[in-house]
Amino acid sequence: MEISPALLFNAIIAGLLLGGFYAAVSVGISISFGMLDVVNIAHPAFIILGSYIAYIVNSQYGFDPILVAVALSPLFFLLGMALYRVYYLCFEKRGQESLRGLAFFFGILFITEVVLILVFGVDYRTVKSVYADTTLRLGVLDFPLRLVVPFLVSVAMVVGIQLFLTHTFFGRAVLAVAQDQLALRLMGVNPVRIKQLAFGLSIATAGIAGAFLIVIQPVEPSIGREYIGLVFAVCVLGGMGSIWGTLLAAFVLGLAESFTSTFFGPSWAPAVSFGLLLATLAFRPSGLFGR
Amino acid sequence: MSNRLFAVVALAVALAIAAASQLIANEYFFSAAYTVLLYVILATAWNILGGYTGYVNFGSAAFFAIGAYTTVALFYAFKLPLLVTIPAGTAVAGLAGLGLGYLTLRLRGVFFAIASLAMAVVLFTFVVNWDFVGGARGAYVLQPSEVPFGLPRYIHLLYSVMVLMAALALVVARAIEKSTIGRGLAAIRDDELAAESAGVPTLKLKIFSATVSGALMGMAGTTFPYYLSYIEPSSAFSLSYSVNSIAMPLIGGMMSWMGPLIGAVLLGTVQQLVQVTISSAWNLLIVGVLLVLFVTLAPNGIMGWVEAWRQRQKR
Repeated sequence: MEISPALLFNAIIAGLLLGGFYAAVSVGISISFGMLDVVNIAHPAFIILGSYIAYIVNSQYGFDPILVAVALSPLFFLLGMALYRVYYLCFEKRGQESLRGLAFFFGILFITEVVLILVFGVDYRTVKSVYADTTLRLGVLDFPLRLVVPFLVSVAMVVGIQLFLTHTFFGRAVLAVAQDQLALRLMGVNPVRIKQLAFGLSIATAGIAGAFLIVIQPVEPSIGREYIGLVFAVCVLGGMGSIWGTLLAAFVLGLAESFTSTFFGPSWAPAVSFGLLLATLAFRPSGLFGR
Repeated sequence: MSNRLFAVVALAVALAIAAASQLIANEYFFSAAYTVLLYVILATAWNILGGYTGYVNFGSAAFFAIGAYTTVALFYAFKLPLLVTIPAGTAVAGLAGLGLGYLTLRLRGVFFAIASLAMAVVLFTFVVNWDFVGGARGAYVLQPSEVPFGLPRYIHLLYSVMVLMAALALVVARAIEKSTIGRGLAAIRDDELAAESAGVPTLKLKIFSATVSGALMGMAGTTFPYYLSYIEPSSAFSLSYSVNSIAMPLIGGMMSWMGPLIGAVLLGTVQQLVQVTISSAWNLLIVGVLLVLFVTLAPNGIMGWVEAWRQRQKR
């Protein structure tokens, strides 16, 4: 197959733009799974929920989906706090998180999906925005704005979270929870409260990532599953709980998927993230950038 | 009851059930019962790794589909009959369990759970792109026109095969549960580090139970292409198999072989009723809600209630 430079460069650009979006999708898992040790397999369900909320507000009032999601992120934050409360009381406190806690989140994922199907059906939904149909062209290179805008907001969000974690008292407390919960208790801080807030933060990022998703592509309830492998692949590849690692791993995955769909066909793309995840777990479980 | 006696009793009961139900005139019974029996096998198989060992498998559908697509591939390539594809599908799914177990069971349990989900998607993508078995369009596997044993229709044969398979799965699960292997698995579930220090060969046992569990799931899948005469990737890899095979043991109780059986029969029957009377989306919702309710409020399932009731009777 003849590979033209234009095709190659466009695959790289699409991969990087996609990678930025993947960082937003996975940063929540890097917090909940990587730092708090809460295996929130239902994370993609909240992403899809975010997509549908953006869709409802957008189709009713025409507001920009990403602005809507950012404005409504406190709601997702509260939802996350409530969910963690239930998880803590029912599983973590009783030491049952490994089996029953996992099944619990799997159930939540499944319920969210089925409820969305019952309410909205399995039709693909889209949003309208001012930038959706515009593509910037630099010579042969394409920059579709429906990818560029989520990319920029997403990278800003991820960098913001990293600064927040390293430069505020609360952020450092979260990092401390990730390292040693007992020590935190001895310092007179309640790790459960910190975890609750941090989990709320992770669900809030899922809501915002959901708006990115529906800007980038049409959404139907069951596509959330495709992101389960992706978020965990990025989290593990980035080295459990490292935000910079997450960002870098997201770019790696974005490029891998973009190359696969450009050169082998889009039907192979879903296998890329899962395959990479399997390979990472099998051969380098501490991740590319792990300690 | 010794294992051999239990096996004989289970086989006799299975044959009796299979023979007696041939008198039932309603065709729908067989197709509904096929699904319930399928869930009995999947739930029992899941419980060998999930309930006994404490490792969550989210990829039951993948093992099931491996069995189903082994049948399709062998049928397309060599026109092999079901009798040959059953052991073949069982073996391939067992190998998949072995491979996945070998790669990921050395890590923390949660990684196995995530990897099992990942395997399901990788295999799904592979099958969608594999034109020989029909790819995304699906494949037709026609039921043979001549049905052995003088049975009236092919679904009667499939149903009888499933009854026997369910009995076999229960015998295997019970044998593992009552053996030293079962005690080793229980030790892993309760405290893996302590088990390892006490000399339990944890990795070997975990891989063993992943292999057996995967093989039984694959065995259930081998008959599936004949069930509808048509198979396509998204129905064979349907998430509802994965959810059901987790929900049923959790609802029935995970500590013994009876739990998955009870859970599968109850939940499977309810789902068949709801599917006919309301809709299939609602029946999935019911499974999800029951799963979450049981796991939060009754972590030991129905068998847990029975156990608690027995304890009270003793006093």
